[in-house]
Amino acid sequence: MNLELVDITKRFGALVANDAVNLEVREGEIHALLGENGAGKTTLMNVLFGLLHPDSGEIRIDGKAMRFANPGQAVRSGIGMVHQHFMLVGVFTVAENVMLGFEPTILRIGLLDRHKAADDIRRLSAEFGLEVDPDAVVEDLPVGVQQRVEILKALARDAKLLILDEPTSVLTPQEIESLFRTMHALADAGRSILFITHKLKEVLAVADRITVMRLGSVVGSTTPQETDESKLASMMVGRSVELVVEKTPARPGPVVLDIRGLTVEDDRGLTMVDHVDLDVRAGEIVALAGVQGNGQTEFAEAVAGLRAVASGTVTLEGQDVTSASPRDRIRDGLADVPEDRQKDGLVLPLSVADNLVLDIYDVPPHAHRGARDLGEVRSNARQRIEDFDIRTSSVNEGVGALSGGNQQKVILARELSRPVKVLLASQPTRGLDVGSIEYVHRRIVEARDNGVAVLIISAELDEVMALGDRIAVMYRGRIMRIVEPSVGREEIGLLMAGVVDTPPQQSSSAALAGGPVRQ
Amino acid sequence: MISADTSAVGPGEQPPVGGEQPPVGGEQPPSGGDQLPPGGQQPPPGGETGQEGGGQPPASVGWTRYLRRLGEANVVVVTVLAVFTALVFGAILILVTSTTVLHAWGRIGSAPGEAFAVSWHTVANAYSAMFEGSIFSPSAVGHAIETGHGWTAAFSPISETLVSATPLMLAGMGVAIGFSTGVFNIGAQGQLIGGALAALFVGFSVHTTIWLHLPLVIIAGAVGGALVGFVPGILKARTGAHEVIVTIMLNYIMLYLLVYLLTTAPFQQRGQTNAISRIMPNSARLPHLAGSGLRVNAGLIVAIVVLFGASWFLRRSTLGFSFRVIGMNPAAGKTAGMDVKRVTVLVLMLSGALAGLAGMTSLSGTDFFMATGYGGGIGFNAITVALLGRNRPLGVFLGSLLFAAMITGGRSMQAVTGIDLDLTAVIQAVIVFMVATPALVREIYHLKDSGRALTQVVSQGWG
Repeated sequence: MNLELVDITKRFGALVANDAVNLEVREGEIHALLGENGAGKTTLMNVLFGLLHPDSGEIRIDGKAMRFANPGQAVRSGIGMVHQHFMLVGVFTVAENVMLGFEPTILRIGLLDRHKAADDIRRLSAEFGLEVDPDAVVEDLPVGVQQRVEILKALARDAKLLILDEPTSVLTPQEIESLFRTMHALADAGRSILFITHKLKEVLAVADRITVMRLGSVVGSTTPQETDESKLASMMVGRSVELVVEKTPARPGPVVLDIRGLTVEDDRGLTMVDHVDLDVRAGEIVALAGVQGNGQTEFAEAVAGLRAVASGTVTLEGQDVTSASPRDRIRDGLADVPEDRQKDGLVLPLSVADNLVLDIYDVPPHAHRGARDLGEVRSNARQRIEDFDIRTSSVNEGVGALSGGNQQKVILARELSRPVKVLLASQPTRGLDVGSIEYVHRRIVEARDNGVAVLIISAELDEVMALGDRIAVMYRGRIMRIVEPSVGREEIGLLMAGVVDTPPQQSSSAALAGGPVRQ
Repeated sequence: MISADTSAVGPGEQPPVGGEQPPVGGEQPPSGGDQLPPGGQQPPPGGETGQEGGGQPPASVGWTRYLRRLGEANVVVVTVLAVFTALVFGAILILVTSTTVLHAWGRIGSAPGEAFAVSWHTVANAYSAMFEGSIFSPSAVGHAIETGHGWTAAFSPISETLVSATPLMLAGMGVAIGFSTGVFNIGAQGQLIGGALAALFVGFSVHTTIWLHLPLVIIAGAVGGALVGFVPGILKARTGAHEVIVTIMLNYIMLYLLVYLLTTAPFQQRGQTNAISRIMPNSARLPHLAGSGLRVNAGLIVAIVVLFGASWFLRRSTLGFSFRVIGMNPAAGKTAGMDVKRVTVLVLMLSGALAGLAGMTSLSGTDFFMATGYGGGIGFNAITVALLGRNRPLGVFLGSLLFAAMITGGRSMQAVTGIDLDLTAVIQAVIVFMVATPALVREIYHLKDSGRALTQVVSQGWG
């Protein structure tokens, strides 16, 4: 299938989300659509999938102009979409999920033909190398396999063009490799793939052609052979990206945060953090690297006091806080930038001003004897908004209306606005645009230079390399090794993949798995 | 080579990337900070972009702006239209159930004017009886002005409405505090009985002057309700038991505890075999506000003070702030160091205390003794009042007045026109139904969506 988007324009009020966008995807091609968050990629895909209607412009399939009033029509025209967040029914089997919406029935009397559904899946699995057990219950499957189910769903509906929206954001490096193999198999079979992402390395690894969007417009098209990471990055942001954080060598002071033999279990009782020893000194940044799901979330929760510890101790400035409440740790000088800022860090319907005092709302000067001083809260907010360059129309604006970068600034401003001894920041720049990433990094380094002991937890290797004075690599709940950033990304990538000794013959594939792919 | 428009890539004339220019967070639909309401495509309510007002020219004077806002489905407009729609619906019910009206329509061929006249009179009579029974009757007021007598009778309807509204305000605010904290306290009825029982006990067992006795009774009412609220609170905090189930079950427990207590000493009235409690002594009764002929009493003052207190509490107190935070996002509250379990218990206790005060005001203000089934439907009407008032103190105040007026007016309507009191229950139900589905009201009246007004209610207080 040959798809053309011609001069697609989509406005939301005064804002132009897509401005005369042109895009062509040829048959059997893997076409990457690259752009920062907010560049208009998802809007464009929703236009293509019939979820939004363009103000002007045309969608052409094999040269014929199409109008999709709804996703159903797009599906019938051979377009399949795999959303970033899967649309699966967890308690159904793979076969049931795949047949959902166009269930094959026996004799057209409403009896489900499960065998036919399962057979269809086996046939498609074999054809494209998508290994899935049709009878497995979806919620028991790993994320990577669930994604395969989503792809199978689209294929079962005879999709000629597959849209993959940020498909790698939830996958492990191994799963990403497997996804890429699937993508190639599909392209070889003549299916077209539109791959939406903001990760440069993945684009270079898998795409046949690349289209870059910025601020609602197409900046240009290129191929992996013609370009490289820095060229793509400058197309994306309109200038060359400085991924290196400017910082002076750390001058570590005494140990402030001391973690000994920490063991933490998840909600199911599985050991996620396994006898971890880690210390963070005043004035240094320790970066905890690792592929997501290796225990970092549970580790951060245990340090913040949000999850009970199975064994081990957490000591803050010589004081054992292992069983202290989150509130006590906050009072003792722990600042926590949580992994999921919208869920754990902010109260979205509340104002920027209220969110800026969320964990100091009941102490002077923000409150006196149980009564809040709203004037003080507002003037505090005005000060923080200026200090941290938070873009908001007013202190009373709901924090949910702010962009991701500004929301993160609100959290940082709040956490760094009180006397802090330890800054714990989980995935501090996830989902942010490059400008905001630089800003957040600068603030974190500034906190370090002011003598704060900083512990960064990040799945982004570049961030770990740029920020960390020491890098602790976590794998399956254990710290593999603590290294200096100077050992290089290859070595750290291997550690992230669980490889301790580094035989040279393994390095290339493992490095791809653990390192560069995870931009 | 890269087929890019190099002028757009080259340094120098880039739009700033750092923050805002087209919004960065969440890709679609782009909700540009102050440009658009989040996730919506509608023009901002009250903005001055000239796109609103159904194609009207840009608003230059306050008047057109006022009209334009009326065209939006904000909270007040939706509520007013819900009430209006319910009254229309009630009128239709009156018409199709009235034999006189149906007979008149049966003769439409011979006397076409009569059918309409009879229809109009029937509805007008019913609703004016409702109005006169709940607010004031023009003829009674006229009579009082002319003769100088009968003022009591003239003020009696409004007094009765205020008397019915008092416990609704208190229990409704209790439920509303729960709702705005994410706790669904369906147990106002049981907590009301708990408060009334405690007030009754302090009422007949303590003998002292009214200046000491009445405050003790008020405190007992609050404490009794709070104790009943404590049970679901501690169960939820400790075991995760859902408060909806626990509070509903506690309603039955309190109902039958009351039945039991009313047949045992010391609660049962001396010399009675019926399940009727002892009577509150004079020193434990809330004083009348407008003479002994009118039942309106100091319970109304208690209710209004509590509503002001609740408004201050939710908006200005640190505890109230933590209530609201946990109501909107418990995970963020926990991360910020708030004690979610403690707050859960406190919310249900406070909610119960207010319901308990409602029971106390009924007992000490108008009833003076308890019988089985005490409180009637107050505890359940409180839930609807909280919903109608959108959990705001002012909303609860107005909602209580409306519901109370319908109840007292409905009785008068039944007496005057013979239309069943249940009609008011139907009207109330339709109001709640419409208020709970603003989309329906928008659809019926072709209003614009004003997401902002409908979503921010929780975070606002009085006024």
